[in-house]
Amino acid sequence: MSEKILEIKDERLSFFTPAGEVKALNGVSFSMNQGDVLGIVGESGSGKSVTAYSIMGLTAYPGRLVGGTVWFNGHQIDKMTEKEFRKIRGNEVSIIFQDPMTSLNPVYTIGNQIVEVILLHTKKTKQEAWARAKELLELVGINEPDRRLKQYPHELSGGMRQRVMIAIALACEPKLLIADEPTTALDVTIQAQILELMNDLRHKLGMSIIMITHDLGVVAQMCEKIAVMYAGHIVEYGTTDEIFYNPQHEYTKGLINSIPKLNAEEKERLVPIEGQPVDLLNPPAGCPFAPRCKSCMKICLNKMPPKTELSDTHYTYCWLRQKEEFEKGGKAE
Amino acid sequence: MSENLVEVKHLQQYFPAGGVGKKKQYVQAVDDVSFAIRKGETLGLVGESGCGKTTTGRTLLRLYEPTDGTIIYDGKVLFDKKKKIAVDMLPYRRRMQIVFQDPYASLDPRMTIGDIVGEGIDIHHLCANAKERHDKIISLLERVGLNSEHANRYPHEFSGGQRQRVGIARALAVDPEFIVCDEPVSALDVSIQAQVVNMFEDLQQEMGLTYLFIAHDLSVVKHISNRIGVMYLGKLVELADSFELIAHSVHPYTRSLISAIPVADPVMARQSHRIVLQGDVPSPLNPPSGCRFRTRCPYADERCAAEVPEFKEVSSGHWAACHHLDKVK
Repeated sequence: MSEKILEIKDERLSFFTPAGEVKALNGVSFSMNQGDVLGIVGESGSGKSVTAYSIMGLTAYPGRLVGGTVWFNGHQIDKMTEKEFRKIRGNEVSIIFQDPMTSLNPVYTIGNQIVEVILLHTKKTKQEAWARAKELLELVGINEPDRRLKQYPHELSGGMRQRVMIAIALACEPKLLIADEPTTALDVTIQAQILELMNDLRHKLGMSIIMITHDLGVVAQMCEKIAVMYAGHIVEYGTTDEIFYNPQHEYTKGLINSIPKLNAEEKERLVPIEGQPVDLLNPPAGCPFAPRCKSCMKICLNKMPPKTELSDTHYTYCWLRQKEEFEKGGKAE
Repeated sequence: MSENLVEVKHLQQYFPAGGVGKKKQYVQAVDDVSFAIRKGETLGLVGESGCGKTTTGRTLLRLYEPTDGTIIYDGKVLFDKKKKIAVDMLPYRRRMQIVFQDPYASLDPRMTIGDIVGEGIDIHHLCANAKERHDKIISLLERVGLNSEHANRYPHEFSGGQRQRVGIARALAVDPEFIVCDEPVSALDVSIQAQVVNMFEDLQQEMGLTYLFIAHDLSVVKHISNRIGVMYLGKLVELADSFELIAHSVHPYTRSLISAIPVADPVMARQSHRIVLQGDVPSPLNPPSGCRFRTRCPYADERCAAEVPEFKEVSSGHWAACHHLDKVK
C-alpha cells in the first residue's frame, strides 16, 4: 500500500465579492495516494480549479478557506503562512496552467525561467542548474535544448510552450503535479503529444497527478480515479470504469450522454442537460443539481443528499440512490 | 440528387504580411479550395487552428474579398476573379448569414438584445411597422429558447450559451437559406453545447436551412454534418460523407486527426492505437513545397516534395489529395 499524500476533509472555500459571498467549495473531501492519477471534471465554475489551487495556497483575496482541513505530504495546508507555501510551491507540488501563452514570462528566456525554480529550491550551483535545465528540456522532448534555452516564449509554438511549462513544473521532481486543463488551448494532434508525454513522465517519475479538465475523453485516457464536481460539491467519485460504465449521479449520466460519440454507427440525437448552470451567489437549498435534474423529487429541493457508498471506491450524493438503498432494506437514513 | 446551393472553385485567399516589392510576403490562408454544398445539407469543415477553415467560411460570404477563384450561390456567380465579376452583396446578405465563434465578442455591448436581433430586419426592410418588428423579434427569441423579457436586456446580462442563442436569433432574423456556423459551440460547456447543437438540428428541419459548420472538434462536426471536409494548412485534403470519413478515411492526416481524439470510453482508450504526429504545423507564410502535409507525414517521399497532389475522387463521393493513397492502410 502506497502512502497517502493528500487528504482533503470537508473543505469549504468562499470568495467574498462586492456582490456577496460566492461559495466556491461546499464540503469537498477526497484523498490521494502516491502515484495516483485523479481526474476532476466539471463545467466552468464548478470549483475544480479552486480545489486544486487551494492545495498550493493560490486562492488569494477575496478567496478564503472557511472550514475543513487539507493535509498534503505532512503539511497542514489550511494553517500555513505565505512564507511556508513558498517552500513547497514548485518543489513538492507544482502546477501546469491552461494557457501556455500567458503563463510564461515574455521578457525572460526559457532557460532563465527553468533555472529560477531550480536555484530557489535546491542547493545546486548555477552551472549545475543550467545543466539540469537542459536535461529537463530533453526529458519533455524538445529538440536542440541548448538553442531553446536561450529563446524567449514568443519564439515557440503553443505545444512547445506547454512542454516548457511541464519542464518547469518537473524541475524539482514534485510529489504532486496539478494539471489545470493542460491541453484545452492546444490542437488535437498537439494534445495527443502532450498527453502521451505526461503519461510517460508519470511512469518514469512516479508522481501523482491531479488532472483538471472538462473533456471526458482526456480523463478516460489518463486517469484512474475521477471526481465529478458540480457547484462546489463532489457529486460522484469513483474509478474511471465505475464513472463511465456505471454512473450513479444524474449529472454524471447527463454529462456522458451529452457528448457526441465519434464511433456511433448511426445518427442519434444528443441528450443535453436542460437549464443553466447554478448561480453560486444564490445556490439552491437542497441538491445543487436539483433544478436541472430530470428525476428531481421533493426532498431534493430542500435537503442536501447524504453520501451513498456503492463500493469501496465509488460514492455519490443523490437522493435517488438513497431511496434505492432504503428500498433494498439497507442502512439508509 | 439535390442541387448545389453554394459552390466554390479554386478559392484562394492570401493576406499581405509585410515585406516590400519582390520580398512581399503573403499568409496563404486558403489555397485552391473547391467544394459544393447541396441544398438542405450540412457540410462540416474541420482542421487545426490556422488551417484556414474560418477564412474559407468568411471568404465564401465575401466578408473577405477572395484573392482568386469563383463563388457561385444558387446558380448565380457572386464572384469570379478571372471574369472580373463581383456583384453587390446586399441582397445576398439576407440569404446568407453567419454565426460567430465567440459569443462574448460578437454582440455589441451597447445594444439591447432586441436591437441586435432587429438590426438585420431594419436594414432589409422586412417589417412594415414597429409592431410587426417587435412581434417578429419576440418570436425569434422564443424560437431559440429565450423569452420576450430578454429583448430589453444587454448582452452582459447573459451567459455564454444564452449569448450564442442571441447570435443565432440574429442570423435567423432575415429568414436566410444558408448559414455559416463558425465554431458556434466551441466556447460553451459540454452540457450547454449539446443544447445548442440540438437547436441547430431542429432549426434546419423546420426552416430547411443549409449549413457550413466549421469546428475543430471532429466529434461535434461528425454528429451534425452530412459530409465533412478536412483542411490542413489552407488546403482541403479530404472530403467525404461523414460516416465514410470516420470509418474509412484515406488521407494520412485525417487518420492521425481521428486517432488523436481522446475517446470518452476507458476500455476503448486503453486498446486504441494512436498515431501521434510529430512536430507542429508549418507556417502558412512559407508552406512546404508540394504536399503541405509532407513535413509531418509518415509516408512522405521525394514525389511529395516535388508535386502538389491532385484533389481527386477515390470512390463515389469520397475525395482526397495524396500521392500515397495505396500505401495508407
